[in-house]
Amino acid sequence: MRALEMVGVEVLSLRYPDRVVLRDVNWSVEEKDYWAIGGLLGTGKSDLLATAAGLIPVTHGKYRIFGEEIAIGYEQGLIEARLKVGLLFDGGRLLNHLSVIDNVSLPLQYHENLGTVECRERATTLLEKVGLGDYTSRMPGMINRRLQQRAGLARALALQPKVLLLDNSLSGLDPREALWWLNFLDQLSADGITLVVAADDLRPWRGRARQFAVLREHRLIPLGSREQLAEHTEPLLQELLRD
Amino acid sequence: MGAFGLITFGVIFTKLTLAHRVIRPLVFRQLYRAGLGVLPMILFLALALGLIIIGQTVSLLSRFGANRYLGMVMVTVVVRELGPMMTALIVLLRTGTATVVELGTARALGEVEALEALGIDPIHYFVVPRVLGMAIGLFALTIYMMLGALVSGYIWAFVQDVPLTPAEYFQQLADSLRWIDFVIIALKALTFGAAIAVVTCYHGLAQPLRLEEVPRATARAVAQAVIAIALTDAFFIIIYLMS
Repeated sequence: MRALEMVGVEVLSLRYPDRVVLRDVNWSVEEKDYWAIGGLLGTGKSDLLATAAGLIPVTHGKYRIFGEEIAIGYEQGLIEARLKVGLLFDGGRLLNHLSVIDNVSLPLQYHENLGTVECRERATTLLEKVGLGDYTSRMPGMINRRLQQRAGLARALALQPKVLLLDNSLSGLDPREALWWLNFLDQLSADGITLVVAADDLRPWRGRARQFAVLREHRLIPLGSREQLAEHTEPLLQELLRD
Repeated sequence: MGAFGLITFGVIFTKLTLAHRVIRPLVFRQLYRAGLGVLPMILFLALALGLIIIGQTVSLLSRFGANRYLGMVMVTVVVRELGPMMTALIVLLRTGTATVVELGTARALGEVEALEALGIDPIHYFVVPRVLGMAIGLFALTIYMMLGALVSGYIWAFVQDVPLTPAEYFQQLADSLRWIDFVIIALKALTFGAAIAVVTCYHGLAQPLRLEEVPRATARAVAQAVIAIALTDAFFIIIYLMS
């Protein structure tokens, strides 16, 4: 089944409504796929993920999550499909007025109306899974960016999404931390979660992701599978894979 | 801003019981910040207000032997006008400005998008608790302000040797008050609180902000909230005169 599907999608910038940030995107993500999308800075990677998460309205075209057309809004019928998609922002984007554990508990408490104890238990399990068991009561400002990003990952997984979108999740990480992320995402993929990773360097994903695409001048160019990648002539791809 | 206010009140009524385990503690936190946290300053100002009004009017009324109008002056000046207005201005300066800074910073740091990605309506999470907290908090503070000023007014009159017993003073107050005063004071205080919350939340949240734009947004919010308070007050004066 198709997890995500964009047909002729065009998106305008929220801040500058006369600026097109995505144009003519035709893209579909099968369930349990593992996509890596490369692109230089400012080509629309974050906008693509925000659109895929249902945060930015589509100006033209159609966007479906598991076959359901997506609209912006918070009515119960509208958010159910969107909650199947988790989004991890660059840097985690934790809520600064909440502790790490409260950040992870928030979606559970809000959507599942669980009691505080149960929420905290589930949040603690998630935080331990991402190696933050010792940091649960810290405020986001008291932990470094690396840990904030992991806490953001735990929060994005809290509602058990079927699709996880990750924006530049390896940027600024040391090799050991980057390896942890790659292995963790491999595990998520093996568990059946559909993954879409946006990055400005495709090299770490070359041996991990199974489908590839690049964004050039706000257009998405699907490149195909890992095997097809080696034969592809897309010039931007050579730049993003250069050692 | 009108649309923002209407959306906010729509969310209050449509999501009254949704996610109460998350929203209720936030309402109590705002109630503390816009109520109990401001109470010492309000009581101090009530003391000063009683002194100022009695200090000025006693010498004037004594000259004409019209001390029996002391209670009427206090009701007209403190209860109907200065009490609610001063309380609103203090809440605006103390809590309203903090609201713009908090929400503007959250917006600039991408926390609003983080909430949206979790399927949480930012108006429900950020604005509704502030509107309820400020409206109820300002209502309670207005009562304390009026009681404090009326009591301190008598104390200052006593210090100035005005021949007036407490029973006579409170009888004068009771004679000057009408039933419509209680209705208008309650409605006015609740409207002031809601208006301050809507204006300050709008400037912090409704438009994309960069961090350097937050101080300017705060200044704009204060100016517009003062205008909103003045217009609301004028509206209630008209209603009072028509009654």
